[in-house]
Amino acid sequence: MRNFTSLTRMRIQLAMRNKMFFFFSVVFPLVMFFVFSGIFAKSYPRRVRFFLGPVIALNVMGSFWGLSAMLVMFREQGILRRFHVTPVTATDMLASSILANYVLTLPTVFLELLFARMIFHVNTFGDPLALFVLVTVGTVSFASLGLVVASITNTMQETQVLNQLLWLPLIFLSGATLPMGYLPKSAQNLSVFLPATYLVSGLQNSVFSSFPLRKILVQLVALAVWALLSFFVAAQLFRWEPEVKVPRRAKLWAAATVLPFFFFGIWESHNRQMLDQAQAAFHSAEEPDPNPAPKVVTPSIQTIPNSRRARPQP
Amino acid sequence: MPAPILEVTNLVKNYGDVQAVRGVSFNVEEGEVFGLLGPNGAGKTTTVEILEGLRTLDAGSVRVCGLDPQVSSRELKHEIGASLQSTSLPDKLRVMEALRLFASFYKRRRDPEELLKRFGLDEKRNAYYSKLSGGQKQRLALAMALVNDPRVLFLDEPTAGLDPQVRREIYDIIEELRRDKKTILMTTHYIEEAERLCDRVAIVDHGKVIALGSPRELKQRSGGKTRIEVKLARPANNGSLQGLEGVADVREVDGTYVLHTQRPPQTIVSLVKHLEAEGNELVSLEIATPSLEDVFIEMTGRRLRD
Repeated sequence: MRNFTSLTRMRIQLAMRNKMFFFFSVVFPLVMFFVFSGIFAKSYPRRVRFFLGPVIALNVMGSFWGLSAMLVMFREQGILRRFHVTPVTATDMLASSILANYVLTLPTVFLELLFARMIFHVNTFGDPLALFVLVTVGTVSFASLGLVVASITNTMQETQVLNQLLWLPLIFLSGATLPMGYLPKSAQNLSVFLPATYLVSGLQNSVFSSFPLRKILVQLVALAVWALLSFFVAAQLFRWEPEVKVPRRAKLWAAATVLPFFFFGIWESHNRQMLDQAQAAFHSAEEPDPNPAPKVVTPSIQTIPNSRRARPQP
Repeated sequence: MPAPILEVTNLVKNYGDVQAVRGVSFNVEEGEVFGLLGPNGAGKTTTVEILEGLRTLDAGSVRVCGLDPQVSSRELKHEIGASLQSTSLPDKLRVMEALRLFASFYKRRRDPEELLKRFGLDEKRNAYYSKLSGGQKQRLALAMALVNDPRVLFLDEPTAGLDPQVRREIYDIIEELRRDKKTILMTTHYIEEAERLCDRVAIVDHGKVIALGSPRELKQRSGGKTRIEVKLARPANNGSLQGLEGVADVREVDGTYVLHTQRPPQTIVSLVKHLEAEGNELVSLEIATPSLEDVFIEMTGRRLRD
């Protein structure tokens, strides 16, 4: 336990000293927040609230990118090897990566909520508990995906290629960038097999549609099962040494992490609950705002410059 | 007499078709500095990494502090300290943070402050790892290896890649540890290092121990003969050189003739006369006092360096 806490502290310290981390985990998500809220939502509080789900989802999903790269770098440079001659275990190493990543993700999510309230006058975020649990489970599950990526790639190049291949479908086919309502039917049918869809759906249901925790259980359970399985697989495949290449069985193990969303996808294809909810939310966001915020009587143009001024200097 | 702290018996390790270690055996007693001396690729690092519990073995057995690294690797890691080859720390980790971090992993701990002072890193306590010089990094590696006050210390090529002055600095540190009766297993491909630092040395080549003993014993085994290395303008035949005064044996190693002699002055005089008579010329001549290099040449017909 002490190993785990010391390693977590180290990872947080290192991340705070890393400019790349600051850009990808703080600046980039906030830029996305302002693009979505100011441009896509035209600063309408109701639409800002609609887009908060996707914005937070993007932020949370980004976990896997930085985590896989960091771990592969540690392995390539022989840093993990040094830890290997100490009593530190693979589980210590992996679990501390996840916790550090979680602790570092929360402040940005908090900033997004804060800005949504202060700049865009979003006055409620649905059930705060549901939101908190979703962000937690979401961060842990996508961080675990990062650990799996690190365990089935040998070099940084391979890692980045795989990250790209995963990232694009995850953000474009899940409702995280384009709302589900804009996607063609075929893409929607595919989306139910992607973990990102469950995260976006859960977040949108809780933030925008004010669903309580019990009504987003499917999304939570799907992500949690996937997180556990991915973590287990990553621990099985963990390699300390740069010379040890990905074993052949690794591909099978990694393939196993697809299973939860294969089954949840089939199930969701039948009852289509998530897709219907996404559709309903989409239409609801398009409707005129029942209680527009007092200051935002005229759309966007005037409010965007204000929001720009309010943005903290990175 | 207590059981040896390290026991290696007929150790075998293969990487695919390559036999890295082919039946290595040796024991290390408590308080001893033991060296594995051999060229790169001789299997030294593999042997050490098996003892540290980083790699599995294919045959034979090893015991470290009475534990089997294959079975009790976790427990073992509390007992050992290691400075590895080709390792690193995160660039933006500070010196003191690294020591504190690694100390936190162990049940038994030494005061990081004290280690920092002892290894001359006090001024660098807040420096990032990436800003340290090669020598400072190596000193930090040694300090980190001692952070749990280990029963046995593994130093894998502790001075590889360091310039001569820094290397001497590291020698001083290891000699101090030797005076403190620390048990150390070190690998090296530098003869001076093994001769100067080790109580006993195993000379390793192609995955086998070819000679084992104290540096003095090993040198005596080669007869305490002076080595004369000569390069000639034209090849000579070994037999004719063998007949020179005082010469015990002659070998040709990479185009150089290596003569072992008990009477160097007489040998040189008779060599010069012989070459004159043959119309051959001396290109270069070097005289070396007996060293472990001679043992290696005698056993393998090759040089240790390169």
